[in-house]
Formats: sequence, C-alpha cells, structure tokens
Amino acid sequence: MSASLVTNVVIAGLLTGLVYGLMALGLSVIFGVVRVVNFAHGEMMTIAMYVAVLLFGAFKLDPIFAAVPVAALFFAFGYVLQKSLINPFITRPEHSQFILLVAVGIIISNGLLMIFGPDARSVQTDYMLDSWAIGQVLFDKPRVFAALMAVATSAALFAFFRYARTGKAIRACADNYLGAKVVGLNVKHLYALTFGLGAACVAIAGCMMTLLVEVTPSTGPAYTLLAFVIVIVGGLGSMAGALLGGVLIGLSEALAGLFIDPSAKSMFSFALLILVLLFRPQGLLGRKLT
Amino acid sequence: MSAAPRADSTMAPRAMVLLALLAAGALVLPHFAGGYALSLATLILYFAFTGQAWNVMMGFAGQLSLGHSLYVGLGAYAAAALFTKFGVGPWAGVWLAMALCVAAGAAIGFLAFRFGISGVYFALLTIAFAEFTRIGFDHIGWLGGPGGLFLKVGERTHVDLLDLRGTPAMYYYVMLALTAGAFALCAWLLRSRAGYYWQAIRENEEAAQALGINTFRWKMLAVMISAAMTAVAGVFFAFYYNNLFPEQIFNIGQSIEIILGPIVGGVGTLFGPILGAVLLTWLADTLSNAVSALGWNIPGVKQVFYGVVLLLVIVYLPNGIWPPIARRLGIGRRD
Repeated sequence: MSASLVTNVVIAGLLTGLVYGLMALGLSVIFGVVRVVNFAHGEMMTIAMYVAVLLFGAFKLDPIFAAVPVAALFFAFGYVLQKSLINPFITRPEHSQFILLVAVGIIISNGLLMIFGPDARSVQTDYMLDSWAIGQVLFDKPRVFAALMAVATSAALFAFFRYARTGKAIRACADNYLGAKVVGLNVKHLYALTFGLGAACVAIAGCMMTLLVEVTPSTGPAYTLLAFVIVIVGGLGSMAGALLGGVLIGLSEALAGLFIDPSAKSMFSFALLILVLLFRPQGLLGRKLT
Repeated sequence: MSAAPRADSTMAPRAMVLLALLAAGALVLPHFAGGYALSLATLILYFAFTGQAWNVMMGFAGQLSLGHSLYVGLGAYAAAALFTKFGVGPWAGVWLAMALCVAAGAAIGFLAFRFGISGVYFALLTIAFAEFTRIGFDHIGWLGGPGGLFLKVGERTHVDLLDLRGTPAMYYYVMLALTAGAFALCAWLLRSRAGYYWQAIRENEEAAQALGINTFRWKMLAVMISAAMTAVAGVFFAFYYNNLFPEQIFNIGQSIEIILGPIVGGVGTLFGPILGAVLLTWLADTLSNAVSALGWNIPGVKQVFYGVVLLLVIVYLPNGIWPPIARRLGIGRRD
C-alpha cells in the first residue's frame, strides 16, 4: 500500500468529514438550545438531497448554488415544525419527544419513497470526476467544493452566534431558560429560529452530499445515526465539537474502509462513540455534564 | 413531575374480570381464526411480550433503552446457533440466550451507570451497542454473516413442542403462554420491593438515593430482567421465522417497533403494552389491506399513514391510550 494512496484517502476522509460536520452541527445547535434530540435529522437531510437532485434535473442548477434557496426553504420548514409541533413537547419526557420525531422521520422517508420510488438518484456535474493534483496528492473537485461550502456555512453560523443580537439571545436561552424569560426574550420564537437554523445547516449539508453520494429514500436513518455519533464524539451542544467529530468520523470511515473492509467502517464509528461516552461522556469539546 | 403515568399498584376486581375475558378470548381464538388471523394474533402477542419486557426498564425504572433489538438478536442467534450447529433444542438454548443477554445488559448497564450516563446519553449508548453488534454479526462467517442463518423448516402439520417445530396454532399458544407469563411477572414485580424502588428511581433518582436506595443495584436489576425477557422473545423469533439476518434483527427499526406498543399503550402500565401491540399491529394490517383495496400500490403509503397516526397519538395522548380508558373503567390506582 503506497503512501500516496493513504494520503489521498486521508484527504478524502477529511473533506467528507467537514460535510458530515455541517450536518451534525445542525443537530448539535438544536440540542444545545432546545434540548430536543432531532431523531428525524437524517431524514430531513434526504429531503434536501432530493430537492437538490430535482433542481439539478430541471434547471441544471449546480447543488452549490441550489444550497442557498434550499437552505431558506428549510429554515422556514424548521421554524414551522418547531413552532407547531415540537414547542409543546419541550417539557415532556424524552421518550415522548423521541416518538414524535421518529414519527416525523417515518413520514418523511416513506413520503419520499412514495414520491420518488426506491431507486437511487444522483447529480451528474461536469466536474464530478475532476481533481486537482499536487504532486502525488489528489484533491477531488466536488469534495473540495463541498468541504469549502461546509466550512463557509459553519463560519457564518459561528459569527451569527458570536456577534448578532439574535444569536446572543439564542445563547442566552440555552444558558438559562428562566433568566431569558425574565429579561423578556420570546423563548418560543427563539427556539423556532434555532430549529430553523439547524434545518438550514442540514439542508446545505444535504445539497453538498449530492456531490459525493447517491440518494435513496431509505438512507435517512443511517444519516441520523451518523449525526448522533458525530455530535456525541464532539460534544452534544458544542459547535466546534460537531465539526471536529465530523472530521474524525470522516477520517475513521475512510481509513477503516481502506485498511479493513468498507462494510466495517461504521463499526469503528460506533466503537469510537462507545469509548467517548464511557471515558468522556460530555464529548471531546463538550462542557461538563450537569 | 414526569408525565409518565403511575403504575397500577393495586389490581382492581374489574381488571381481573378484564384479564379473565382477555385470557378466555385468547385461548379459544385458534378455533375460530383462520391462518392469517392467527399469524396476526401471534405477531400481536410477540409485540405485547417484547413491549412488556422493555417496559420493565423504561416504564418501571425510567431507563430509556432504544437498543432492545440487541437482546432480540443475541437471543435469537444464540438459540439458533445451538440448534443448527449442535442440535441443542430451544428449551435448553433459551437458557444460554438469556444468560448471554443478561451478560450483555449487565455490561452495558454497568458501564453506563458507573460512568454516570443517563437520559439521552444512555439511550444513544444502547443504540450504539445494538448497531455495533449488528455490523459485527455481518462479519461472523460461522453464523452466515450478512447472508443469514437459516433453521430447517419442520412439517407445518406435525407438532413437535420439544424442538418448537409445528403448526401455527402451536406457535400461537407458545407466544400466548409467554405473554401471560410476562404479564404475571410484571404485575408481581410492580408490587414487589424492587418495583417500588424502581418507581422511586424513575420519579426522582436523587431523592431515591437520598432515601438510602442503592440506585445502581436496582437499575442493574431492571436492565437484566428486561434483557432476559427480550432474549426469550428472540428465541421465539428464531424458531418462528426460521431465518435470521443481522441487518434485520439488530436493526434500530426493530428496537423502535418494540417500544412503540408500550408508548402508544401507556408507559409504566401493565395493560399498556398489550393494548399498544393490539392497536398498532391491527392498524398496520388494516392500512395495508385498505391501501391494496384502494389500489394505491405505491410503496410507502402505508407507512406514511402509520407515521401520521403515531404522531396524532403522541400529540394528543402523551401518556398513552390505556390511562384514560383505565380511568373510565375504574381500573388502576385510586388516589
């Protein structure tokens, strides 16, 4: 096994991992603020992937550009979902929330199956097989574009939470629910905004994923699990942790696929998850559990 | 505090009557029902049983497991491997299956509770172990890997209870006996010392600990009992369906199906898992019949309806369907 092959696999894993990170970032932001685990996260991402595939089929719209309107659409979808369905559930026990979102997930993945059928669909861009070569090292163009988009989106989200008034208000809700209410913040509205932002993240991640993989209606649950693994490894509720977790899982998947067997790749992700849960349950970058 | 309904701590006379009616109906069912209805009834009992097993952990002790497919799968593979590879029958195999699942449950419980993992994190840990095992079994060639493990299908007309090969009615009665046994066990557990400790832990773990309850020990007991019961269901699964695929039996979908019944029926109640299993299995069957009668043979239609019903139940009846019925019938806790 040559060193350049290993390097190329590592780079591909890192780049894919950044897109995974963006997907998980959506889950992490929602959990960090609303304290609800979105068990329909992967299913939501498959919707975005189908929308991107449709837009490409109809208008030859590149998923990189499609990501913007799809994100806006998903923001509205997430806002409405939180406002109408999830807000009444925030004080209910976890198993209740779980069933609610599992039901949403079942409706989404089977709705997609009804509309699009079971066959895999994909986006065929002109540059899908192109790559840049630096010496022996190859950078696949679609992977680089997807990773750049993921980094840009994450940076925008970081900036929003750090500098924007609304972002700060959302952080206040996450830190102290009662305190946020006392100072007059509209917590329910801010929760809905947060879910909308999480949905927008997953929408952009979904559009970028179409550059890398095919989509079928049944892939949703696998992505949900992947997002869980990533946020737990990185730290549930930590934004930087989600990106770090994404990169680690992308890397471990790529290396396991190379050295052991592609079908065993997620076994390593789950083993990593179990180890992290046991020895650092707050995740690599998470705050201490209370 | 939590919205989980209190368990029926006293069995009202009306509950006894209801139980007797249910049992009588269930006993005579095979004489009236055709093959299709009987297989449906067996499926209902299977989910009533697994739901009851899950309920011990979640409903009684408040520990949310989303990975019960692990115990179904381990139990099924243990008994099936003994049977196909060594000719050991299910009545001996079930002990190995239970021992294996108790060990697995104890390991997960020990790690989680010792390291202070609870709530969502505990639930995700149970998923992780189930998924890890699923992919692991895909790579065990001796047990068929992803290609599956198959049991020799016996004659469908001849009843061989020792090897659990026989007619649909035999499987039905075996599952009925198991479900009745699980109900009796849970009713007894709920009013035992352990049951009261569990409920104390479920309602407020810190307060329970402050009262001197060794919460670690009692939570472990709940996980181990739940795992052992689910292992029995796994053994039945293996001998009823005669084929095992890691992709199917360890799937998170299997775990979700197990917990839907008790949640829809009523978490922490004795009748909830049974009612939930009846309603959901009936609903799924009615939907597939309705969909094919209407000619909507599009894949996914049935599951979309199923999801919508599930959504409506959880939104409008957050404590499940059984508690309001129980109140109306005058069954359950009177306080």
